Amino acid sequence: MAAQEELNPSHVEKKAKKKPAKRYWEETENTEQNKPTEEESKAEQKQKTSTATEKRKNAERSLSGKEDPFPGEKPIPQKQLRKFQRGEKHKVPARAGPKLKHAIKSSESLSELAQKQAARYGLMLPEDAGFLEGDDGEDTCTISQDDIANAVDITSGAKYFNLHLSQFGPYRLDYSRTGRHLLLGGRRGHVACIDWQSKHLMSEMNVMETVNDIKWLHTEAMFAVAQKKWLYIYDSKGVELHCIKKFNDVLRMQFLPYHFLLATASATGFLQYLDVSIGKEIAAICTKMGRLNVMTQNPYNAIIHLGHTNGTVSLWSPNQKEPLVKMLCHRGAVHSVAVDKTGTYMVTSGLDRKLKVYDIRAFKPFHSSFLPAGASCLSLSQRGLLSAATGDVVQVYQNVWGSSPVSKPYMAHRLRGQVCGVAYCPFEDVLGIGHGQGFTSMIVPGAGEPNFDALDTNPYRSAKQRQEWEVKALLEKVQPELIGLDPGLLSKVDQASFEQRHKERVEVMGFDPLAKQKFKPRMRKKGRSSAGAVEKRKRKVAHEDQRDEIRQTVEDKVKRQKEQKEKSNKRKELEKKSALDRFKK
Amino acid sequence: MVKTSSLQKTTPSEAVTSAMAADSGDEEELHTDPEQAISASEDEEGSDDERKHNKLLEAISSMGGRKRKKQSERSEASVQVSEFFVNAEGAGDKINLSDLLGVVEKTSGASNKTKKQLRNLQSTKETLELPLNKQQKEKIQRGIAYVKTAEEVSNWQNIIVQNQRADQMVFPLKQEPSGPKRVEQVVAGWKVKTPLEQEIFRLLHSNSQPVLDPVLTPVEEASLKAMSLEEAKIRRAELQKARALQSYYEAKAKREKKIKSKQYHRVQKKAKRKEFLKQFDEMVKSNPQEALEELKKMEMSRMQERMSLKHQNSGKWAKSKAIMAKYDDSARKAMQEQLQMNKDLTQKIVVLSEDEQEDKDEDLEAVPDFVNDPEPIVDSVNPWMRGQLTQEEPEVSRVTTEELQTAEEEKEDEEEELIGEFERKRKMRQADEEDLIPTEDKTEHVSEVPGEDVVEISDDDDDEDQEEEEEEEEEEEEEEDVSKFNTLFNLMRSEKTQEGQEDGEELLDEGQVRVRNMEDLEVLGEVFEQQPSATPSVPQTAVADKTSEPQNKKGISLSEVLTKEAKVIKVPFLPTVVEHEEMEHDEQISIIKEAFAGDDVISDFMKDKKKQEEAGRPKVVDLTLPGWGEWGGIGLKPSRRKRKRFTKKMDPPPPRQDRKLPDVIISEKRNASIAAHQVSHLPFPYENPAQFESTIRTPVGQTWNTQSVVKKMTTPKVVTKMGAIIEPMAKEDFIKGKSSTAAGKAPAIMLGQRDKRAKVGEKRTSQKKPGKRAPKRRKQ
Repeated sequence: MAAQEELNPSHVEKKAKKKPAKRYWEETENTEQNKPTEEESKAEQKQKTSTATEKRKNAERSLSGKEDPFPGEKPIPQKQLRKFQRGEKHKVPARAGPKLKHAIKSSESLSELAQKQAARYGLMLPEDAGFLEGDDGEDTCTISQDDIANAVDITSGAKYFNLHLSQFGPYRLDYSRTGRHLLLGGRRGHVACIDWQSKHLMSEMNVMETVNDIKWLHTEAMFAVAQKKWLYIYDSKGVELHCIKKFNDVLRMQFLPYHFLLATASATGFLQYLDVSIGKEIAAICTKMGRLNVMTQNPYNAIIHLGHTNGTVSLWSPNQKEPLVKMLCHRGAVHSVAVDKTGTYMVTSGLDRKLKVYDIRAFKPFHSSFLPAGASCLSLSQRGLLSAATGDVVQVYQNVWGSSPVSKPYMAHRLRGQVCGVAYCPFEDVLGIGHGQGFTSMIVPGAGEPNFDALDTNPYRSAKQRQEWEVKALLEKVQPELIGLDPGLLSKVDQASFEQRHKERVEVMGFDPLAKQKFKPRMRKKGRSSAGAVEKRKRKVAHEDQRDEIRQTVEDKVKRQKEQKEKSNKRKELEKKSALDRFKK
Repeated sequence: MVKTSSLQKTTPSEAVTSAMAADSGDEEELHTDPEQAISASEDEEGSDDERKHNKLLEAISSMGGRKRKKQSERSEASVQVSEFFVNAEGAGDKINLSDLLGVVEKTSGASNKTKKQLRNLQSTKETLELPLNKQQKEKIQRGIAYVKTAEEVSNWQNIIVQNQRADQMVFPLKQEPSGPKRVEQVVAGWKVKTPLEQEIFRLLHSNSQPVLDPVLTPVEEASLKAMSLEEAKIRRAELQKARALQSYYEAKAKREKKIKSKQYHRVQKKAKRKEFLKQFDEMVKSNPQEALEELKKMEMSRMQERMSLKHQNSGKWAKSKAIMAKYDDSARKAMQEQLQMNKDLTQKIVVLSEDEQEDKDEDLEAVPDFVNDPEPIVDSVNPWMRGQLTQEEPEVSRVTTEELQTAEEEKEDEEEELIGEFERKRKMRQADEEDLIPTEDKTEHVSEVPGEDVVEISDDDDDEDQEEEEEEEEEEEEEEDVSKFNTLFNLMRSEKTQEGQEDGEELLDEGQVRVRNMEDLEVLGEVFEQQPSATPSVPQTAVADKTSEPQNKKGISLSEVLTKEAKVIKVPFLPTVVEHEEMEHDEQISIIKEAFAGDDVISDFMKDKKKQEEAGRPKVVDLTLPGWGEWGGIGLKPSRRKRKRFTKKMDPPPPRQDRKLPDVIISEKRNASIAAHQVSHLPFPYENPAQFESTIRTPVGQTWNTQSVVKKMTTPKVVTKMGAIIEPMAKEDFIKGKSSTAAGKAPAIMLGQRDKRAKVGEKRTSQKKPGKRAPKRRKQ
């Protein structure tokens, strides 16, 4: 400033005498200049009182001048943090180069930030799950659905309802991924899709054929129906879109939403994969296991589980012609299989009337319990409630993979007819039951996930949102090649040996790119290319490779022998030296 | 013969030399000597005597027979024999520094300081070290330059590393803060702040340069006013005219250049030559320096002509003409012309002032028969040519031949004659030299030595010649050195190349081997890799076997597993089916039977598993060929020993994943389809897969992250502003302590106005220029 004052008169001579008018920006400048000095003084103070708490207080002084009693960001509970942890933290090795250090550090900091932010956004999941709790001495399984429906609010109460469809039963059912739409397929050809919450019937028809199974495709606009002979695809209005004759005698279907794959299991023992986005059969695997009428998918890794009559459950991916894993679960035929959302547990029931819980990651049995009547249909809810249908009774079990096997059901409900299919409605406390006399929607408190991901599956989405989601989902489609037991395999470095990789390459390309070409003698004129001459020339280079190899091996042998000799010589020298040698002079 | 004669003459010649040593100017005594009576001039006598004396000495020394005859040195005649009665005594002696500096000590004018320095110089006995040769010098210079540049470049290291590590680079790097600015800020916000700016302003003020609105200096303004309209018009007209002329000449030159006619060019050339000659005469008077230059050029052309056979009727054309010449006048003429041309070209170029020319003419008339003598050449390019002047060998030889012819008595006379001849020759040569010396020097020397016709070669020339000689010698030496180096280098290179070839051959051999063995090596590698790995794997398998054996024993444990006690669940409602138990009793029984025929299921599963394990195990390869080395045929089996020898056992595969799970079969097949999408080679900075995997363990997508984190994770590495010019990094922006050139920006003065900016720029450049020139001047 002083320098400026000195200069000012010199370079604007006339104006120097006049006092320049005060401008508002000059004032602001002054204040701006003053500020740093204040800060400096503050900084000095800080240095003087260098306790950490005081520092914080100084920094966190609010506008009103009062001190913030809780300075800094809100601490995140460890439990919440752990929930969003991805893998172990990697420490920077002691002797790492600067680039490696930087890479690891930056990635670590990023993942930490991601974890923290995700944990912080737990605030955005306001809904909480609850369970049915009985009075003292009252068993929850004795509480009837009517009682519950009466007790809860009207909208929740309306979720308990029966559809009396005695003509075309028994019914199989499927809920769409958002949980809004229900698809019913009667054995005798009745197919109906309903917006079950508003009870709005979208379409209804009779395909005039046996219906083995029904499934929603990626949206509620399309569904697949496994009819007596072929596989059909209809839209929500009931218009037939495709009849896929490559898929015949389909008994059960599963839709893999992130891969856009429709997996079908047929009576002929074929497991087929249909890519819905491109309408192409991705894989057809002959399981050689007979009739396949038990099927489920692992939502964690998109592996298909098939139950067989010889008591085994086999795991399949479209990339392998043989089962990835085959496990013997029951002494009789397998009735039903269910896998939980996290892909950790598998529940099976079989003809031997047993209900078994497996740890599917280790392929080890976890619990085993005996049901007097066995269980024909199993289903697992988003929050891990297991429903098991035995005859005309549906039982719901809690804590299936707890410390001890289940001893009694959480809820139970008797139906009019034989149960044919059970399915939990996503994001709702509702269990849909298809039976011989129609369909029953049953309230199961604590079954559904209370918080939904609106970008992935939004139950309240509009048509526009659905369209947008469809496009995004198609863009983010996971290729079927990536299906495997470990979905994280993609992020691992392929450590297969060179030969293995080469073998695979040869398989893919159909020929060996590194193969040495066979010696082909050049054509020569004037009779020098006669058969004899050619043969002679061939002889000259025959066994060249072998000779080289032999030469190499002989050389190596000689080398090794030399080394051994040297070693032995050394040893001998050492042996010659006795322990008393050191006392010699 | 010669020796004897010289021996006879010893006494008088000695006397003469002694006399000469005593008094160089004393010629009367010499005259009295009878033997010298015939000699033409007095100064010749002295030199002759001396020569004889030298010869005598040589003869004496050679008589001893031990030493060989000294090689006569080639030297300038004038050094030993002088025509100005100046003795060449002590010519070969060394000159000490003290001899030269003694005068300085005595003179009062010289400063004490220089005297002291000179004294110091005298007292120091150290010889100066030899200057380094060129290569070494250059090497050192290069080293220093490298260090300097390296230091300069290393200044950038930090900023470069910083930029490389930065998560995001936004270009252009220097960005003004966005958002609108207040007009006042733009116009008047700037103030002089830094000392540099202050300095600049002070300078501007002191030179009464405008700082604000009026851009012109008062002087400029005045000049603007001073130039009137008419003057401006006249000036413009002049300029126009000049421009028109220039363009006209340019056009003319172009046109002339395009003419292809040889005749025309020949004529042109001749005309030019004539013009040049005319000009040359003038030039000699006006610009002697340039004239000398031209003279040299002409001399050069003359030399070339003399060397070549160009105009000497020796060409193809000339020969053909020679045949024709007998009959054809024109051909004869043409030949004549050519010869004339040769003569013209080989003629000595003589530029003399008129009085001297006359003298020279006389001289030439007096001595006409020295035409064939080796010509003195001013040009000092060839030292051998120069040396020939003092070369005595031919004369000596001539002397001997003549002596052979004549009688012994006449020797002295002959010698005298010879001497006379020599003298004459020398005179001639000197005259020639005189002619060739440019007029300037001559006039100087004439003024120095008035009244005498003899002219010395100027010292300067000598010096120059010497210097040139030295330079040449140096060059020669260098060339020699270089050539030596070259030869050495060539040798080395040849050796190297030989080695390289050998190496290359070896390498080639290796390469071939490699190429051939690509697969073989792999196979071998497998062998080698597996050999060590096999040993540790054996215990493992053994362990596995151990563990598996009890399991196998417990193989029944599978059934145990399956028949494991299961808790019975109490069911509130029994299913209705149960109520109708009686009706379906038979069915129930059958079902139960089916269920508990479970052992069957288990055994099937175990069989299946065994099969799988078998399939996974590598098979034993039997390579026995029946009938080799023994009898073969139907019913004959190769011997056991042979079979044992030729069956190959493969290494056991890695342990199965399901070896501890009796009721599970896990496929050992690799998922090749995902391998195409996997990372197969570890990327650069990572040392092991775990490190790399840890860095990619956090997903990037929106599905798994909050919006802000996704944005942060997917920030582009480089962002460029649309339409902005990205300039290279400026030193002063990023490297501290180098801000001296920051003044170049000159932000304030031209705020708003473009013209000002330009002007200031000019000023800057004009200021810079003298700064650049200054050191040059110093150098000069």
